[in-house]
Amino acid sequence: MLYTIANVCLVLMALSIAVLFIRVIIGPTLSDRVVALDTIGINLIGFIGIIMLIQNTIAYSEVILVIAILAFVGSIAFAKFIEGGVVIDRGDR
Amino acid sequence: MSLLHLLVLSPFILALFIPFLYKWFRNVHTGWFILPLPVLLFVYLIQFVSAGPGLGFEPIMETVPWVPSLGINFTIYLDGLSLLFALLITGIGALVVLYSIFYIANKKDEPLNNFYVYLLMFMGAMLGVVLSDNLIVIYVFWELTSLASSLLIAYWFHKEKSRYGAQKSMLITVTGGFAMLAGFSLLYVITGTFSIQGIIEQSQVVIESPLLVPTVLLVLLGAFTKSAQFPFHIWLPDAMEAPTPVSAYLHSATMVKAGIYLVARFTPVFGGTSIWFWVVSLAGLITLTWGSISAVRQKDLKGILAFSTISQLGLIMSLLGLGSAALYFDVAEEGQVYTVATMAAVFHLINHATFKGGLFMAVGIIDHETGTRDIRKLGGLMALMPITFTISLIGLASMAGLPPFNGFLSKEMFFTGVLDATGLEVFNMQTFGLIFPVFAWIASIFTFLYCLIMLFKTFFGNYQPEKLEKEAHEAPIGMLISPIILISLVVIIGLFPNIVSYTLIEPVMNSILPGFQFDVNLYHWHGLNTELFMTLGVIVFGSLIYMNLGRWQETYFFLRERDPFNQVYDRGLDGLITGAQGVTNVQMTGLLRDYFAYMIVFMVGALTVTMYWFDAFTFAVDPDSMASIPVFAAIIVALTAIVSLSLPFIHHRVSAIIVLGVVGFLVALLFVVFRAPDLALTQLLVETVMVVLLLLCFYFLPELKKEDFKPRFRWLNLVISISVGLIVSLIGISTLALSDTAQFESISEYFIENTYELTGGKNMVNMILDDFRALDTILEVLVLGIAALGVVALIKMRFKGGEDV
Repeated sequence: MLYTIANVCLVLMALSIAVLFIRVIIGPTLSDRVVALDTIGINLIGFIGIIMLIQNTIAYSEVILVIAILAFVGSIAFAKFIEGGVVIDRGDR
Repeated sequence: MSLLHLLVLSPFILALFIPFLYKWFRNVHTGWFILPLPVLLFVYLIQFVSAGPGLGFEPIMETVPWVPSLGINFTIYLDGLSLLFALLITGIGALVVLYSIFYIANKKDEPLNNFYVYLLMFMGAMLGVVLSDNLIVIYVFWELTSLASSLLIAYWFHKEKSRYGAQKSMLITVTGGFAMLAGFSLLYVITGTFSIQGIIEQSQVVIESPLLVPTVLLVLLGAFTKSAQFPFHIWLPDAMEAPTPVSAYLHSATMVKAGIYLVARFTPVFGGTSIWFWVVSLAGLITLTWGSISAVRQKDLKGILAFSTISQLGLIMSLLGLGSAALYFDVAEEGQVYTVATMAAVFHLINHATFKGGLFMAVGIIDHETGTRDIRKLGGLMALMPITFTISLIGLASMAGLPPFNGFLSKEMFFTGVLDATGLEVFNMQTFGLIFPVFAWIASIFTFLYCLIMLFKTFFGNYQPEKLEKEAHEAPIGMLISPIILISLVVIIGLFPNIVSYTLIEPVMNSILPGFQFDVNLYHWHGLNTELFMTLGVIVFGSLIYMNLGRWQETYFFLRERDPFNQVYDRGLDGLITGAQGVTNVQMTGLLRDYFAYMIVFMVGALTVTMYWFDAFTFAVDPDSMASIPVFAAIIVALTAIVSLSLPFIHHRVSAIIVLGVVGFLVALLFVVFRAPDLALTQLLVETVMVVLLLLCFYFLPELKKEDFKPRFRWLNLVISISVGLIVSLIGISTLALSDTAQFESISEYFIENTYELTGGKNMVNMILDDFRALDTILEVLVLGIAALGVVALIKMRFKGGEDV
């Protein structure tokens, strides 16, 4: 029962990633794309969590943490890029 | 190391000391230091000459190992043939050195050290060619003669024509030398030895080998280019830019006879086969005729002598070809008739070296004392230069074949040889045999004609001092010694031919045609036979043409001095350069796009052909061995494919980077699905860093432009891309299918069992990276370090251009 539900969830999340990807492609502005990308990252976290359930392992817990951090860092970097045109500022200028 | 080895190497050793002698003894002409060596060598060699009929001497063979494991040894083999050539080289070498001392004497600025180093290098190389028994050693010395010859031709390297002549002779002789090396290699393949004497013992094996024809042609190509045979004769007239002593030594007496030596040396191996007979004798006959006709139209004395040399070399070559027929009949009675041709060849070889050397030196004297060699400017020198005139008269008479000089005897024997050849019953000679005497007779008429031209245009007629650069006068006695010695030899051999018959010719004949009995007794009077009437005809017709020369002189043929085959060479060389440039321009477009296309097309082609060749396209995958595909995994894979396919259609740079990031995330997800947490982690980190880096870089680049490619181009790219994907996929499937058939156990079992026992770690991936196969990891770390340093260097070090990095 648990596996069936987990599999259904995985399919739904994969479809969710697909839909998000459409936004990445067509998204009229860069911001749309970045938000979509951020959401894909969050979806990945859920996806991997369910896979951990199915595979009955805790090996991917680091992956989940890293994705969470990277999605955050990535979104910040893009935001800064959209805002100021640079990702890393030069010192004291 | 015997004395004979030292004899070959001594010129090289002396050459090492010449620069010091030149520098430390500036007031002594360097040539005086050189002169004793060839004299010494000549004296040493002459003790091997035997007197009396049938004595000969036992051939001497001395070996010094060089590369014994490859069968290459510096083996000296001294028999009659080698001895004759070695005597010519050292004897004429000594005379040429003596002559050059006076020829280059009053030119203070001449780099004499260069001249004598090259000359000694040549002398040693030439001795090496004629005295070696090992094919590879012969080839080494052979190329050394080519090199030394080119250096000597370009002695006055500031002159354009000298450099042209040197380059031409180098290209032609080295091409031939290389062909010869190929022929030698084939001989080694056939017989298994590099020793010529060893090959001669196996001549029957060589003749019956299926490789006979290419071997003969390749070896002869080397001999023909070196000996200036038709149509490779074109380098010799251009080599006349060399100083006259060089022309006299290299381009009349020694180097151009290296090819003759080779043909004579290989006659016991190949002789008696029809291909050898026809190629050698026909090439010689054509060269003889063409050279004598071309000599007539030359205006330069050295030009006449160059073409005359070509023609006489052709004569010797054709006689060697005719003489080789004797080997067809074995040692029986009927073969004896044809040995007279070989005898004529050897005799004329000696004669030609004597009179041609003398003539070249005489021409050098004329050039030296009047400042020109042009026959249109010269004339009336008989009274002014009586000794030179006498030398020239005797030399020319001998060359034309007049009694009582030695040229007459060899010409008579030449006619005998070609007339005997018409009676030959083999090699289709019944049909074509008549061309030999006819062509030989025509060539002799022209030979007579250019000898007349040379004599009369130079020494008779009106003296024209206004056309000459200097006041004509007789040469110093030092310059005259060498030609006088040579011309005395012409007279002595002419009057007493048996001086050379038993001492030199008979041992040589024994080398060329082993096992035959010869009658080498030479005498002047042959009786009233066909040969005598042919000679009379030559004299009559030659004189008639000379008297009517005014009518011929204005014709197109006589006005053009250059050989038409020069055009073939020049255009060929130009065509080679432009053709190579064209080919390079077609393929080297400078566009990375094209190079990628070449590489990928080649890769796809090679893979397809290989797979097809080994019948490796097997797709029968066992369904049981395949895992089932969960739905979510299918969706992820489909998504990855769609995202990848959308990449080429995105025209916004940042969007393209984001989409690329998505692909990376999806791949990380696939790693998770396939249970590879470490890979997934690394993939995520690397992907993120890469996206950030790309953003950092591409911000400074302009927007992506839509490039307008021609449709043909786009379709070609599409085809190439699809074919790459297709072939890689097919190989993947095929590998899977084939791995089912070949059941090998995977090595991973070992890691699974031993990771904890051997390393104490539980993470198998990490243990493989750090313990089982840590060497790869170390080098990967190194790669990252190099990349980081490279980035720093690229950013920090901004060159302005022009720095020496």
